[in-house]
Formats: sequence, structure tokens, C-alpha cells
Amino acid sequence: MVMIETLQALAEPNRFRIVEFLRGGPRPVGEVVERLGLRQPQVSKHLRVLSEAGLVDVRVDAQRRIYGLRAAPLRELERWIRRYRRIWEANFQRLDAVLEELKAKEKKRGSKKRKSAD
Amino acid sequence: MEAKSERAPIKKNSGTLKVTTPSDREVAMTRVFDAPRRLVFKAWTTPELMKRWLYGPEEWKLAVCEFELRVGGKVRFEWRNSEGKGMGLTGVCREVVVPERLVFTELWDEDWTGGETLVTMVFAEDASKTTVAQTVLYSSQAARDGALKTGMEHGAAMSYDRLAELLPSLA
Repeated sequence: MVMIETLQALAEPNRFRIVEFLRGGPRPVGEVVERLGLRQPQVSKHLRVLSEAGLVDVRVDAQRRIYGLRAAPLRELERWIRRYRRIWEANFQRLDAVLEELKAKEKKRGSKKRKSAD
Repeated sequence: MEAKSERAPIKKNSGTLKVTTPSDREVAMTRVFDAPRRLVFKAWTTPELMKRWLYGPEEWKLAVCEFELRVGGKVRFEWRNSEGKGMGLTGVCREVVVPERLVFTELWDEDWTGGETLVTMVFAEDASKTTVAQTVLYSSQAARDGALKTGMEHGAAMSYDRLAELLPSLA
């Protein structure tokens, strides 16, 4: 399943930072290394994972390998998250309404009870 | 009694849903409700009340709801959508402390969580508001199977906030 790969790739903090950095547009590996303060082999390893997950693609420009983000897996992920949250948010908003009703009912009953008890 | 009018309307200005991952096998969801906990507990465990809110997207309904509130009691939910598609889960109550704590198992009919999950719900009241913390513990099998659901939720919880920012730049 594509989305699990996306999530596993993003769940590593440095990979997430790389993805965030690439938001500004495609960048050569050297710049990623410099900006993130990581070592080149580490960055290359992370970029390979991101690439395998389909999150980035690479093009070669003269001597440089330039990495850029691919939108499709992130869009799919975002759809999934939105759906998951929306389901529970909708549930809980309806539950809020049910609770208002229960509170109102109890208040009515409670005030009667309290009167008779006083 | 399944009429649309029975359904609770969507209310604005409600509490914020928080999703976190306390451990590799758990996903926790926290939400504050503006009601005393005995009412929140009641709304969460009484089938006719649950049917009014626990059904997800509008085109679905909670068609079957059994929640036997005792240790060893049966749990059964069946949702159906307007196209007749369905999904369901079965479980057993493990702990019942009214109105504080509930522990029950869940197993989806189409086992997409890689085995049974254990749901723990804690209802905490403060100043007549109730915080409900729902923690789902996935089986070790699920964890082993590429942490299907846990993996998804882990990533989701972690990256949700910044992801929303990230997406427009990819247009």
C-alpha cells in the first residue's frame, strides 16, 4: 500500500525536514546537505528512501543531482488524514449536541427534584 | 426510529480533537466535552444515544449497536451506508467502572487492524467539563505486519499540522 510507505518515509524527522526544505522547489543534493547540516551519505540515504516512496524525483543537470517533491503521494495522504479526522470530528460534534440535550433534560428534572428535597 | 430527524445536528465551537501516539502500538484520541462525565459516559454507552452520533460521514448510519455494560458483556457495531455497503466490529467489555473507565476489545469483520485491538476509555471531569481519552492498543501482530494502522496514524498525527501547510506549495 502506497500510503504506508509515504508515512514511514515521512515519520523520520530528518526526512521530514528534507521534504519541508524541498517545498521551496527542486534543489541539488549539496544544498540539502548544507542547509540541513547533515552528512552527504546520510542525506543520500534519506533521499533514496524518499525516492522509493515516490515522494521525490531526481533529475541530473550537468554534474548535479537535483531533487524535487512529487505531489501525488502527499495528496493521497492528506485525503486520508482529512477523512479520518473528519469522521471523528463529525461524530464528536454530534455528540456535543446530544450532550446539550441531556444536560437540558437533567436540569429540568434536577430543579424539580431539588425543590422537593429542600 | 432511524429517521434523519433523530440525528443530532452539527454543533459549532466544539472542543478540539487531539490525536497522539503514546507508544508504537497505541493511538490516543482526546476530546473535551462541555458536560459532566456521567452524561458523557451515558451518551457513549447507551445504544439509542450512540446511534445518534457514532456513525461518521453523513451517508452512513449505525444500524446495529449493542453495548452490554458489564465485564464480559458483548459489543457489536454495524454501520451501513446509503448504498447498502456495510462494516462491523465485535468485541467484549473487559472493565467497566461507571462513569470513569471502560476497557473493551474490538475486532473488525474485515480484520484490517491485523488482529484484535484493545480500547481504553478514561472519562475525567473537571469544572463540569469532561475529557475523554480513548486509547487504542494494536496487537503485536498488527505491529509486526508493517504496523498497518499504527503506522498510518503515527504519521498522520505527527505530520498533520505541517502537512496542511505543505500541500498548497505542491500545486
